[in-house]
Amino acid sequence: MDYATFLQVCDTALRFATPLLLACLAGLYSERAGIFDIGLEGKMLMAAMSAGAVAAITGSVWIGLLAAIIGSLLFALVHGLASITFRGNQLIAGVALNFVASGITVLIAQSLFGQGGRTPPLEGAARFANIDLPFVAAIGQIPVIGPFYAEVLSGHTILVYVALLLVPLSWWVLYRTRFGLRLRAVGENPASVDTAGVSVVRLRFSAVLIAGVLCGLAGAYMSTGLQAGFGREMTAGRGYIALAALIFAKWRPWAALWATLLFGFLQALALRPDVVESLTHVAIPVPFLDALPYILTVIVLAGFVGRAIPPRAGGEPYVKER
Amino acid sequence: MTKLPTWADVGLVPIISLTLAALVSAGVLLAIGQSPMQALTVMVNGAIGSSYAWGYTLYYATSFIFTGLAVTVAFHAGLFNIGGEGQAQLGGLGVAVVCLALPWPHWTVALVAAMLGAALFGAAWAAIPAYLQAKRGSHIVITTIMFNYIAAALLIYLLVNVLRPDGQMDPASANFPDGTHLPQFQDIPILQGLFQRMGADGLPRLNADGLPIYQQVPANVTFFIAIAACVMVWVLLWHTRLGYAIRAFGKSEKAAVYAGISPYRIIMIAMLISGALAGLMAINNVMGQSERLLQNSASGAGFIGIAVALMGRNHPLGIFLAAVLFGFLFQGGAALGLETKIPIELRTVVQGLVILFTGALDQMVRMILAAFFRKRGAS
Repeated sequence: MDYATFLQVCDTALRFATPLLLACLAGLYSERAGIFDIGLEGKMLMAAMSAGAVAAITGSVWIGLLAAIIGSLLFALVHGLASITFRGNQLIAGVALNFVASGITVLIAQSLFGQGGRTPPLEGAARFANIDLPFVAAIGQIPVIGPFYAEVLSGHTILVYVALLLVPLSWWVLYRTRFGLRLRAVGENPASVDTAGVSVVRLRFSAVLIAGVLCGLAGAYMSTGLQAGFGREMTAGRGYIALAALIFAKWRPWAALWATLLFGFLQALALRPDVVESLTHVAIPVPFLDALPYILTVIVLAGFVGRAIPPRAGGEPYVKER
Repeated sequence: MTKLPTWADVGLVPIISLTLAALVSAGVLLAIGQSPMQALTVMVNGAIGSSYAWGYTLYYATSFIFTGLAVTVAFHAGLFNIGGEGQAQLGGLGVAVVCLALPWPHWTVALVAAMLGAALFGAAWAAIPAYLQAKRGSHIVITTIMFNYIAAALLIYLLVNVLRPDGQMDPASANFPDGTHLPQFQDIPILQGLFQRMGADGLPRLNADGLPIYQQVPANVTFFIAIAACVMVWVLLWHTRLGYAIRAFGKSEKAAVYAGISPYRIIMIAMLISGALAGLMAINNVMGQSERLLQNSASGAGFIGIAVALMGRNHPLGIFLAAVLFGFLFQGGAALGLETKIPIELRTVVQGLVILFTGALDQMVRMILAAFFRKRGAS
């Protein structure tokens, strides 16, 4: 693999990693607050459809983005209602919302546009434009690093940079603010937070809603950045890969960045079997590359590469008094 | 919180949950400008309006019984097996391997062998998550989800590179030999009469040899095996020592360990049985209907098993009824897709809503009912 091909694969990897990273951070907030979220996939799908549909109608990607966040928030609200207010099973609520999203996105897109559950192709202002980072022309001249800056880092849509900036921001929020401390505490030991006079319900709802906003960004990127329009089931299991990345990252923001970049890189490689073959000198089946994120996650879960310990109170509804 | 009377908890809560799911579905239909009443009529006609329709509804129900039982057995051991989908796909692989291995002389022999293959492959796919849960404490929900995706990738690889016969384009195995053909409802003498094709004059239509013509339905003998499986799971869970150990472990791990029950043994056994049941579903769809292994053969039945188990309150009788209900939804949804402008995806929405209301918002229904019963008790 020469350097130019490597840069190409890296560029694709960054594009693929972006929705994974956003969804992974969404899961991070939710699960750190003790709410398991299998519904990342459904929220992303709902957001992708909302963004695609509204951007197609209004011609503005920004209104599309807003619609994506609202669509995803609606699902997050139902998830919160079921798992916080009514203390239902969080896993089952997630599974249910994924089902609903899978069907209702096609239903809405079909009734709006009648194109077999797709939204019309987006162009111009209805999509996110690629942004050139400052001094691309100048820095691009520097050998080795220059092309990396120009080819890989520069020339993405704004959501890619937002996703990358959200990593240090999430780290700061979780580990350096009062809200973050309480959020982490409520995922480990909600009773202690309650005793300190802080509302468990409110904290958990904020976490679930933050997850909703982030899934909204992830879905909007799918239909207006990565691709030009919504297609049925377009998230194709990315919500579950994000979940895998979250475990791989052991519920930490920086590790989430590396995990999603790795998984994005694997997805990019799956598109280039020729590159893989020239590197390894054996034909590696594409399905194996597709399955690799899941296999790696199982290995991490098995505790062969350090232990992945989830937040202690994860998955359990909090009952104030028994 | 007021405890509900048993009859309300077992009967009223699911009915109210279902009604809520139906109401929201009707709202969705109204929102996209379709008539809910028309949709319901088409669904009822298409799914239970004729013996032909029942032939499809019961075919889907058969698959859902197996996956529902699979979720239930694991659930009684306190394990949430989301991996039914992957286990059912592997079960399909087991069926294909058995059916293609020998020129089977008669379907009864092939059926027994294929059942073993399906159960074995399904159980094997559940074994690794079970072991990781039992020995290393990895959360079984996450590992089974991962195994669903690994199964899908594995099957795509096998279908494209290994099982696909030369010269065939679509990723599927070769057709199974004739000796593996399971009798479908129209082949079974007692049921045959229900599926006779009638001419316009009201008389049965005959073929060139003067024999009656029957409608083809996918429901097959596996339906009766599914009923037997319900009975066996009931006996296992409530009338054997092992079943007692499984339920005791599911209720309280600490108490079970104190009573000398080994967690490792129970987790492994419960998950192996669960995986085997999910795998057995493949007898119905792979051997009984498509008669070759296709990509994505389980087509979501593994996930619907979760809904069926929830609806059926984790009891085999309830699972049977819930499976028929979901068979109705599945076949009725297909009829909608064919006969109206409503997309077939409506059935996915309805299924999701049923799972949501029966599985995650059941506490909401219970709280409302409790308030009602409290008021009545006070007056």
